[in-house]
Amino acid sequence: MEILVCVKRVPDTAENEIEVKSDGTDIERDDLVYSVNEWDNYAVEEAIQIRDKVGGSVTVVTVGDEESEEVLRREMAMGADNGVLLSDSAFEGSDGKAIASILKAQAEAGNYDLILCGAQADDGAGQVGGMLAAMLDWPYASLVNHIEIIDDKKVKVGREIEGGNQELNEIELPCVLSIQTGINEPRYVGIRGIRKVASVDIPVKGASDLGIDPATVGEAGAKVKRLDYFVPELGEGAEILEGSMEEKIEKLIEMLKAKGGLK
Amino acid sequence: MAQIFAYIVHKGGVIDDTAAELAVAAKKIDAGADATAIVTGTGADLDTVCNEAAKLFSQVWKFDNQALAYPNAEVVRKLLVSVLPKDAIFLVPHDTFGMDLGPGLSIKLDVPYVPDVIEIEPAEGSTFKMVRQEYSGMAHTHVACDLGAGGVITPRPGVFQPGDESDAGGQVSDKSDQVGDLSAKRRFLEVVEAEMGDVDITKADVLVSIGRGIEDEENIELAEELAEAMGAVVSCSRPIVDAKWMEKSRQVGTSGQTVKPKVYMAMGISGSFQHLGGIKGSPFMVAVNKNPKAPIFQVADVGIVEDILEFMPEMTEKIEELQ
Ligand SMILES: Cc1cc2nc3c(=O)[nH]c(=O)nc-3n(C[C@H](O)[C@H](O)[C@H](O)COP(=O)(O)OP(=O)(O)OC[C@H]3O[C@@H](n4cnc5c(N)ncnc54)[C@H](O)[C@@H]3O)c2cc1C
Ligand SMILES: Nc1ncnc2c1ncn2[C@@H]1O[C@H](COP(=O)(O)O)[C@@H](O)[C@H]1O
Repeated sequence: MEILVCVKRVPDTAENEIEVKSDGTDIERDDLVYSVNEWDNYAVEEAIQIRDKVGGSVTVVTVGDEESEEVLRREMAMGADNGVLLSDSAFEGSDGKAIASILKAQAEAGNYDLILCGAQADDGAGQVGGMLAAMLDWPYASLVNHIEIIDDKKVKVGREIEGGNQELNEIELPCVLSIQTGINEPRYVGIRGIRKVASVDIPVKGASDLGIDPATVGEAGAKVKRLDYFVPELGEGAEILEGSMEEKIEKLIEMLKAKGGLK
Repeated sequence: MAQIFAYIVHKGGVIDDTAAELAVAAKKIDAGADATAIVTGTGADLDTVCNEAAKLFSQVWKFDNQALAYPNAEVVRKLLVSVLPKDAIFLVPHDTFGMDLGPGLSIKLDVPYVPDVIEIEPAEGSTFKMVRQEYSGMAHTHVACDLGAGGVITPRPGVFQPGDESDAGGQVSDKSDQVGDLSAKRRFLEVVEAEMGDVDITKADVLVSIGRGIEDEENIELAEELAEAMGAVVSCSRPIVDAKWMEKSRQVGTSGQTVKPKVYMAMGISGSFQHLGGIKGSPFMVAVNKNPKAPIFQVADVGIVEDILEFMPEMTEKIEELQ
C-alpha cells in the first residue's frame, strides 16, 4: 500500500504559552518551540504500522518553508520512507483550500492508495483533509480512530463521534482519512534516530514543478483571510486567589467547604 | 442576500440543541432572513423533527429516504450538492458530523468554508467578519470572508445561545421526491457504544480533573491522593486518555463523558471547548494552572496560578491536617 501522510509544523501548544503580539498582527513567535502537529504524528505512526503489516511505502509531505524540513526528517526518523517539501514563496499566506490544492498536485504526481491527514492542526481548522478528498473525488472519513485493511479495494474505519462512541464505516480505496489522537501510541524518536536521517535527501517542489498557477494559492488566492489576532474582552473571569501557596490553599478550602466540595 | 440553509442534527426523533443555535447564527448573518432548515432521515421520527424545526425556521425541507437513515456525511453531501441553490449560505454545527461534511461540501459547492465560528459580526456589503480560535483557545482571530456567492459555515455548538424567540411558524415541504442518486464510496456499518469503566464519573459530586499539566503518569498518584482526601473522584482531559494513562471512561468532554458535579477542580487543563463541552450544570469550578493566561481562567469561578505538582500534595496535606 502506497501511503501519503500530510504533516504540518506548528508551534507546540504543550511547550509554549501562546501570546498575541500587542499590534495584533501575529502571535509572539520569538523563542517559540515548534514541532509536528500532534494529530499528524498519530497519522504517521498509523501509516507506518499499516506498511509494516501489508507492505508498501510511507511518504510524508508538508507545505511550508525551509524550516518545515525538520518535521519531515523527524517523521522519517520514526520510519517514513520518503519526505517531500512543497515550498514556494507563492504558497505563503495560503488558506486551507489553497493548501489542499497544493497537496492535491502532490497526490496526483504519485500513485497513492491512501492519504492520511491529522483531524486538525493547532493553528488550523480541521479542513484540509476533507477538502483534499473532495478535490480528488476520493471518499473521506474524519476523526478516524481505527483502521483495518480489508483488501486492496477497501478498508474498515472507526470514526470517533460524540460521547466517545465509534461509528464504523467501510470505505473504498483510494481514500483520504483524517486521524484523531489516541488511535495508536506514536513511537518515540531519539536523537540517534534523527541523526540517521540527517543527510537523507528531501526533494523540494515549487509551484511550477507541481503545475500550480501561483495566482490560485497564497495570499492572493485566499478566500478566507485572517485579519488579526486579539485577546477577547473577558467576562468576569475567575477570582484569582493571591498570596503564598499556603494562604491560597486555606482560602480555597474555606470556599470548598461552603460549596460542599469537602466531606 | 443569498439564501441561508441550516442542517438539523437529530437523533431518535429528538432535535438537537444546535438547531436553535443555527437559527440564531442565521439571524446574525441576515436579521430579516427566512432561513430554511434541512432535515434528512427516514421514518415517522422525521416528522416530529420537522415539526420542531418549523418552530425555529420559516421553511423546512424534509428529505425522507432509507439511504439517509444514518447521517453519513458522504451521502448527505451528495444530496445537498444536488438540492441547494448555487449561492446558498449553508450552516451546520461544528460537531463530528459537521467536521466530516463541511470541508468537502464547500469544495463541491465551490464556496468558501469558515469552520468553528464563535461570533459573526455585522457585514459590510457581503463581506463578513467572523471570530475563530486557534491554539485551543489561546488566541482569537477575526477572519474576513465574502459570502455574496455563498459559503459553508460551521458555528461552534453551545455558542449561539437562543433567547426567548417566538415560534417561527414554519412550513414543512416534503422534498423527498428530489432525492437523486445517493450511492457513495463510504458505507455506514454501525455505531459501537463507548465502554463503561470501573468508576462512573458522571455520578460524582466532586471531580478532581487532571490535564496535560500532570506531565507524567507517575504524578497521577498526587491527584488520587487529593481526591481521596476530598472525597472526590479523579477524571481527566483527553491527552491523558490518548497517552493511555487513564481509561476512556474517565475522560470529560464532547468525545468523552458529560459530567454534572457540584465542584469541578481543573488541574493543569487549558480549557478547550471540547473539554468544557462535557461539563454541565454550572458547577463551582476551580482552575489551577501555571499559565496565568490559560483560557480556563475565563470560565472558572476561582483561579490559582501554581504548579499542580506542588499544589496538589500541599492541599492534600492541609486537608488531612484538618480532619
Ligand atoms: C473532535 C475532537 C474532540 C475532542 N474531545 C475532547 C474531549 O472530549 N475532552 C478533552 O479534554 N479534549 C478533547 N479534545 C482535545 C482538545 O481539543 C484539547 O486538545 C484538550 O482538551 C487539551 O487538554 P489539556 O487541557 O489537558 O492539555 P493542554 O491544552 O496541553 O493544556 C495543559 C495545561 O496545563 C498547564 N500546565 C502545564 N504544566 C502544568 C503544571 N505543572 N502545573 C499547572 N499547570 C500546568 C498549561 O499551562 C496548560 O494550560 C477533542 C479534540 C477534537 C478535535
Ligand atoms: N501546510 C500543510 N502541509 C501539509 N499538510 C497540512 C498542512 N496544513 C494542514 N495539513 C494537513 O491537514 C490537517 C488538518 O489541518 P487544518 O485543516 O489546517 O486544521 C493537518 O493535520 C495536516 O495533516
